[in-house]
Amino acid sequence: MRHFTDTQSLVIIGIVALVTAALRFLPFILFRSEEKTPKIIKYLGKVLPFASTGLLVVYCFKSVSPLGYPYALPELIAGAVVVVLHLIRKNTLLSIAGGTAVYMLLVNLVFV
Amino acid sequence: MTTQTETRPEKRPLKETVKTAFKLSLPVMAGYLFIGVAFGMFLSSKGYSAIWAFFLSFSVYAGAMQFVAVELLCSPFSALNAAVMTLSVNARHLFYGLSMLKKYKGTGKFKPYLIFSLTDETYAILSTVKLPENESKGRFYFLLSVFNHLYRLTGSTIGAFFGSRLNFDLKGLDFSMTALFLVVFVEQWQSQKRHLPAITGVLSTLVCLVIFGPDSFIIPSMILITAVLLSAKKLYEKGEAA
Repeated sequence: MRHFTDTQSLVIIGIVALVTAALRFLPFILFRSEEKTPKIIKYLGKVLPFASTGLLVVYCFKSVSPLGYPYALPELIAGAVVVVLHLIRKNTLLSIAGGTAVYMLLVNLVFV
Repeated sequence: MTTQTETRPEKRPLKETVKTAFKLSLPVMAGYLFIGVAFGMFLSSKGYSAIWAFFLSFSVYAGAMQFVAVELLCSPFSALNAAVMTLSVNARHLFYGLSMLKKYKGTGKFKPYLIFSLTDETYAILSTVKLPENESKGRFYFLLSVFNHLYRLTGSTIGAFFGSRLNFDLKGLDFSMTALFLVVFVEQWQSQKRHLPAITGVLSTLVCLVIFGPDSFIIPSMILITAVLLSAKKLYEKGEAA
């Protein structure tokens, strides 16, 4: 059932852990104080987090094919449920659990 | 909290520090346990045991990235792809660090762990928290960070433990990652008046996905996003000032 061997899994997890840690440590190594940080870096720091969430949302839908059955309907419906739930209730847990439950119902019972 | 006499500032007793840190960590508890359980179940649905969930939550302590790591464990083996994905998911941490430079000064031996465990939520708490009187900064921040990490570890391990023992089909559980990112997207959208960065992120990535296909669009997307944002710097800042 598993796709990788133990070693392969450890290598992948190791790389992810290393890069994550590097990103967290780098500013403490590179910069002394916030005031002395180059303006362009500060600007990117302000805008990139929002852009990268956009990238991630698209990434999640990357293997969805809107041209063949079920025409991306489970993803679109469940995605809309998450957004609407979150707009109304603003409860992260509810939005994630609700959307995922709807999606699981759709792919297991409706669009089989 | 009792006020100390000015003449002899005593260090706060550890018990008090633990109490305050625990109280401050409470708002994170439910969220981290839940995300942990969802992550643990997701990982176990791909054939990994609770030990793996614990290990992954311990070493890659970054919510969104943990889910992406599960995806990576099911993709064709590529070290480069893993590194690039991590870079694009966690690039924001580069910038969290910037605003913590001052805050983490003088935290001594605790500093490496504080930096290592700086997740979105811990960042949110620490960037607003006021240090109690006579409190040792390093120790206090450390305990707060440890509590949050423990919630994630506990949730992940429980999720994977039960996930591997459930008998029903977990097909579709992967959607929890999509849901998580959608929630973050909605929250970020509502927190901002200007949506240029969010729109740039979505559109640039869509364009690159269509051109380069689902296996190699991440690097081009990151380059395109950075280029667009840099060329829109003046426009963005003009709108900010208005």
